[in-house]
Amino acid sequence: MMKNELMLVAIIVILLIMKVADNGKSNSMWIGVINVLLIVNCIVDWLPVREGELFGGVFKSYDLGNFGKNLLSTGVLLISLFSVDWLKRCEHIAEFYLLMLSTLLGMFFMISSGNLLIFYLALELSSIPLAALCNFGLAERKSGEAAMKMIMSSAFSSCIMLMGISFLYGASGTLSFDALTIVVQETPLYIMGFVLLFVGVAFKLSVVPFHLWTADVYEGSPIPVTAFLSVISKGAMIIVFTFLLYHVFGSLSHTWYLLLYILSIVTMITGNIFAIRQENLKRFLAFSSITQVGYILVGISGSSAEGVTSSVYFIVVYLFSNIAAFGVISQIAEKSGRETITSYKGLAKQNPFLAWTLAIALFSLAGIPPTAGFFGKIFLLKAGASKGDVFLITIAALNMIIALYYYLRVIRAMFMDESEESIPKMHSGLSLKFALVICLAGILFTGFFGPVYEYILSLSKGI
Amino acid sequence: MNLNLLIILPLLTCLAILFAGSKNAIGIFALTGAVVQLLVCCLLLIRFNELSAGVINGQMLFESSVPWFASLNINYHIGVDGISIAMIMLTAVVVLAGILVSWKVEKMTKEFFFLLTLLSAGAYGFFISLDLFCMFFFLEVAVIPKYLLIGIWGSGKKEYSANKLALMLMGGSALVLVGLLGTYLNATSEATGFNLMSLRTQIIPVQTQLIFFPFLFIGFGIFTAIFPFHTWVPDGHSSAPTAASMFLAGISMKLGGYGCLRVAAYLMPEAAHYYSAYIVGLAAIAIIYGAFATMMQKDLKYMNAYSSVSHCGFVLLGIGMLTPSAINGAVLQMVSHGLMTALFFAAIGMIYERTHTRMINELGGLLKVMPFISTVFILAGLCSLGLPGLSGFVAEMTVFVGSWERVEMFYRVSTIVACMSIVVTAVYILRASGMSLMGIIRNKEFESLTDANWNEKAASVLLLAGILVIGLSPFLLNDLIAPGTEEIMKNVNRVFTLN
Repeated sequence: MMKNELMLVAIIVILLIMKVADNGKSNSMWIGVINVLLIVNCIVDWLPVREGELFGGVFKSYDLGNFGKNLLSTGVLLISLFSVDWLKRCEHIAEFYLLMLSTLLGMFFMISSGNLLIFYLALELSSIPLAALCNFGLAERKSGEAAMKMIMSSAFSSCIMLMGISFLYGASGTLSFDALTIVVQETPLYIMGFVLLFVGVAFKLSVVPFHLWTADVYEGSPIPVTAFLSVISKGAMIIVFTFLLYHVFGSLSHTWYLLLYILSIVTMITGNIFAIRQENLKRFLAFSSITQVGYILVGISGSSAEGVTSSVYFIVVYLFSNIAAFGVISQIAEKSGRETITSYKGLAKQNPFLAWTLAIALFSLAGIPPTAGFFGKIFLLKAGASKGDVFLITIAALNMIIALYYYLRVIRAMFMDESEESIPKMHSGLSLKFALVICLAGILFTGFFGPVYEYILSLSKGI
Repeated sequence: MNLNLLIILPLLTCLAILFAGSKNAIGIFALTGAVVQLLVCCLLLIRFNELSAGVINGQMLFESSVPWFASLNINYHIGVDGISIAMIMLTAVVVLAGILVSWKVEKMTKEFFFLLTLLSAGAYGFFISLDLFCMFFFLEVAVIPKYLLIGIWGSGKKEYSANKLALMLMGGSALVLVGLLGTYLNATSEATGFNLMSLRTQIIPVQTQLIFFPFLFIGFGIFTAIFPFHTWVPDGHSSAPTAASMFLAGISMKLGGYGCLRVAAYLMPEAAHYYSAYIVGLAAIAIIYGAFATMMQKDLKYMNAYSSVSHCGFVLLGIGMLTPSAINGAVLQMVSHGLMTALFFAAIGMIYERTHTRMINELGGLLKVMPFISTVFILAGLCSLGLPGLSGFVAEMTVFVGSWERVEMFYRVSTIVACMSIVVTAVYILRASGMSLMGIIRNKEFESLTDANWNEKAASVLLLAGILVIGLSPFLLNDLIAPGTEEIMKNVNRVFTLN
């Protein structure tokens, strides 16, 4: 039942031993070994695993959570593959992977947590190494600033969350999720505790108005870390979030429907409006990911099996699209040092593969068919619409227009604008191409393949 | 007959283009694909005519349905009736003509033909879908290729136009999406899902209809340049490369009309009656405003683009009137305008390619140097102003006759206003042809210009043949679409039988 976690721990231990016994191994050697380990990890993860409980209900293994974990392992593998070029000149490669995998381990425990205490511990395990990761652009001031902001905001949100947990404990006398499910009612103390917990999670998800750290941290961190933050960290958080809302706090659904209703509208609009003005692609994707979270909240607010399914389905889509986008951006930043939209002018002439990959990824994020993003968005809106609120879905649908506008800015720079100093033709490594092709396949075929949705639906019946 | 062929063929063509080596091979693949597609469509037409003789009027033929997202009741459900067949034939003809005309595209040839063929796949898919989700999917598939075609291969302020077009069409889709979700959620039975055929038999509560009909109608209407959301049309059409203009005006604008008819009016007849006056009013404004705006244009492409606003107004006018002949006329007008405007854009494209100007006052005397192109231009113009014997006359006449059946004052006035636009049309068409084609050759360089090539001739003849066939024997098209429109009318008129 703890297969995924045990695999990760094993890899972490192997890396530690290798690091200790390090006698001047080259970075390429490290990369080779780690990627093989990650591929093995990914394959083992996807093997079936039983549902059940361990340690008296502290650790729960449930199908949807396991699916989420496997997805995250795959995402980490893809990130690791596309960042090979960056890693080659990274000074502390072993530490980079150790921190990243510890974070992932924290997320796994968080997904599987069966009571509030282990949930909190796992959350800390997943956020403190992440702050160190943000600092990995060792030569840059911005990177240090990002790490500082990350750790401060994490600490702050943890405080608030702890406050909420103590309220809940005070009201119910229990920390176990199963027990909480039964006793939670719509009384002020429970609602207070719940809202504080909610705020803590909202910080991690960068839901407006708790999003202020996002853009700076994304911009300052090295691109692989940014990708990790925006895809893996958010993905894990969404799964935990739906589990908490639907399973533990199901009886508070009136309260959280209202919260989600307001926050989703604010998040979509704010994310969109700020994204319009961004020049730096990392900041741009930061705000676009805020918007995407807004859409996910719309889906979750549907409070049905469809709500869970559509948000997890969207995570699948979002993972492929965002990793593809970050892959291209990281390659270009690595080879030419450019990160702004204007500097992408004329990219399509010399580097058609990279330009089309980025274009397809952005179309998927914008929700344009035939990419999977279209299906993801529609299902989220459909789940959200099941409450019958025209206003919410109209706002969400109209936000898709604004979103299209800023995604088209990038497309326009790449395909239509001419530039004297466009990015020269660059050679992309095999592992990058491999990662991008997998992402492209995911973007183009997930939507057409109906059983993916059905599979997730069958998993989410349990929640 | 398997309708999937209509989507698979263009997709295969796309693949072939993707892997083609030389520029010549790309063109040949695209052309072969389009020719085969046209043949398949002809075959479909023949088979449809054979079969439809034996069945109840207006029934969908060649239906097939495959579950797509089973738990959401989304099926890949396709089928055709006469109206769809007419639109499919139109698409096949216009796409083939478009590929012929753009034979000599030099810049990023592969991407150009790839996008053009992909666009056509979207249109075919839209016309054969019987599931609202599929329909929406195909409607949106077409947005981005249009954006890229205009933005990369266009002329003038192409980025601006491409952006405007993409955002406004996306806005249209967003409204359609809200309308569809509303319809879906208010269907009385869960099992119905997005299925057009079973939604039709459900009576959606009138209150709900009144809320969601405007979303659907305006959403689709934006594609058909409903006033005041027509502003993407002039910019988009005039910046686009010739083939894309032909596709945009010829087919893309018809997606909206088809959607208004097939989805909005068909599923929500009570609301259609309720909003009928608004639709007619907006359509009349579009017709007369479009016509006057056209008169002021100095650029040939802008002229044709504004005249498209005016002509597509007739489609909405016909639908808004909700009488059998008017709706028949609306469908006729969709087909006729598709052919006519594609021919017009093709002729303008040919002239522009040779003279490098589209300004009416810089041209002149072209009839002497390029008689074929000029003749095509004049014929397209005559069709546009509704000369008997050409398709435009048949379509507009049917719309007017149908509109006259509505006796209320407002509808009468609107019809008369719409009729007046014909005079304006005559003014701008005759003036443009007179100034640019007749008279003396104003620019000495024009004397050495050549007439149409084989590919351009083929494209023009193809489109002209369509116009003449409809113009001379309108019953062919009318018989094809009449059962379909009757079926829609039956639903639309259930309002009166219910009360």
